[in-house]
Amino acid sequence: MKKFLMTVAALAVVSAPALADKVRMGTEGAYPPYNFINDAGEVDGFERELGDELCSRAQLDCEWVTNEWDSIIPNLVSGNYDTIIAGMSVTAERDEVIDFTQDYIPPSPSAYAAMAGVSVDLNGGVIAAQTGTIQASHIAASGATLVEFATPDETIAAVKNGEADAVLADKEFLAPFVAESNGEMVFAGEVPLGGGIGMGVRESDGALKDKMDAAISSMKADGTLNAMITKWFGAEAQTY
Amino acid sequence: MFDCVDPKSLEGLTWLACYLTTGKHMAFYASFATVLFLLALTAPLAMLFGFGGALASRSAVLPLRLFGKGYIAMVRGIPDIVFFLFMPIAIDQLLETVRHKLLCPDVVEPIRRGNDFVVCTAAKLPLGAADQWVHELYGFLLASLSFAIVFGAFAGNTLYGAMQAVPRAQLETASAYGMTQRQIFWRILMPQMWVYALPGLSNLWQILIKATPLLFLLGVEDIVYWARELGGAKTSAFSYPHPDWRLYYFLFLLIFYLMLTQLSERVFGWLIRKTDHGALSAHAARAGS
Repeated sequence: MKKFLMTVAALAVVSAPALADKVRMGTEGAYPPYNFINDAGEVDGFERELGDELCSRAQLDCEWVTNEWDSIIPNLVSGNYDTIIAGMSVTAERDEVIDFTQDYIPPSPSAYAAMAGVSVDLNGGVIAAQTGTIQASHIAASGATLVEFATPDETIAAVKNGEADAVLADKEFLAPFVAESNGEMVFAGEVPLGGGIGMGVRESDGALKDKMDAAISSMKADGTLNAMITKWFGAEAQTY
Repeated sequence: MFDCVDPKSLEGLTWLACYLTTGKHMAFYASFATVLFLLALTAPLAMLFGFGGALASRSAVLPLRLFGKGYIAMVRGIPDIVFFLFMPIAIDQLLETVRHKLLCPDVVEPIRRGNDFVVCTAAKLPLGAADQWVHELYGFLLASLSFAIVFGAFAGNTLYGAMQAVPRAQLETASAYGMTQRQIFWRILMPQMWVYALPGLSNLWQILIKATPLLFLLGVEDIVYWARELGGAKTSAFSYPHPDWRLYYFLFLLIFYLMLTQLSERVFGWLIRKTDHGALSAHAARAGS
């Protein structure tokens, strides 16, 4: 046993490196239609399609990894993956810790969704949001009571079972839930938040940031990005 | 078996059968093996650490004794969750730092740059170019090691107590008969301490089973992660839309954990009866004298 452990430790320390330009794309996998795990168990959604296209334009070999939203930034800076492409809004606070590429989704409103027929006090009621999001900070500052959840899915469940009066999230995330609730859920207001959604990279990783920036620019220029946004978020979604 | 090509047109049992055999559900079923494998790997490793800790705290050599007592006291005193969040990151960064120093001696930039922890490409663990399963295996091993360190300390305390509980007179008698320390340990101490250790260890094992959902905190996709992920309400972005079904998924986990607990209760009951054989008569003899 001891020998085995020593061997493992020795291997871990000196195993021969094989170098290739592989970029690990970190996402949450729980925020449809931005990113989610499809029924085949693979990362799917707008950001999957976008990321694959960006990688092929930048000639990078990309691999998809999922990580909890809570620890998605710490794991980027400690090098477990190389990008965050997870519907993350560009904010000054996050920009102090990591770098962002230019946005690939223009600044778009966040929305409140509540049960139909219930009047909600948006500035005094109980509002659900995902931990560590711009929506959570907004609620905390608005005077409403914030209830936080680790996953976006739980924020919706909280409204449905009455734990919260409303949920605040990106409108594009809430839209399918509202549309498919058979009239049970309705939008209860909108608020413009965030500076658009960009891809997060380590501050020390300028080369990767430049490559991704160039790829996003080329997708903006030839209209493919707009087509992709419309495909995943519907015709009403804001485009460039 | 079934034709699951167009899930939206399916109904009833066929829909359910197709739903329960999606790739995502297969990953869910496989994660049960992950949990069992973690238990199988962690339990012996924790016992090993526990023995090390217990023996070190009984050692006649002061630094070793301090190390043993320090290990047990520290891990028992710090909340598990803090340790679980700390250990994998600490071990990972330690290994990467060592590799960085060995493999890239000519890189002059510091490893810590502001918020970033940057080692050279060759020092990455696992290598950036490695397949995803290698990353997952590595994460799993780090998690197991953290579990073993934490539960090893508790096991160490139990074993230490059990060793102390073996009547001292017996050890002295053995010594008077001319047995060496090694002989006393293997022939007198070890066979008897199990009687005292097993109830505590059985308790610890149950706690270990209950603690496996912490795997999910460590980034390993275990059964709790998949139950939550699969149970959550699904819109038509998915092939099999359904409302919030987390209740059913967690009920299933509840049954799984109860069965696991029940099974281990039986195994420990058998073990305790087995190790009690000689000891019972010793107790009886003492009670009679």
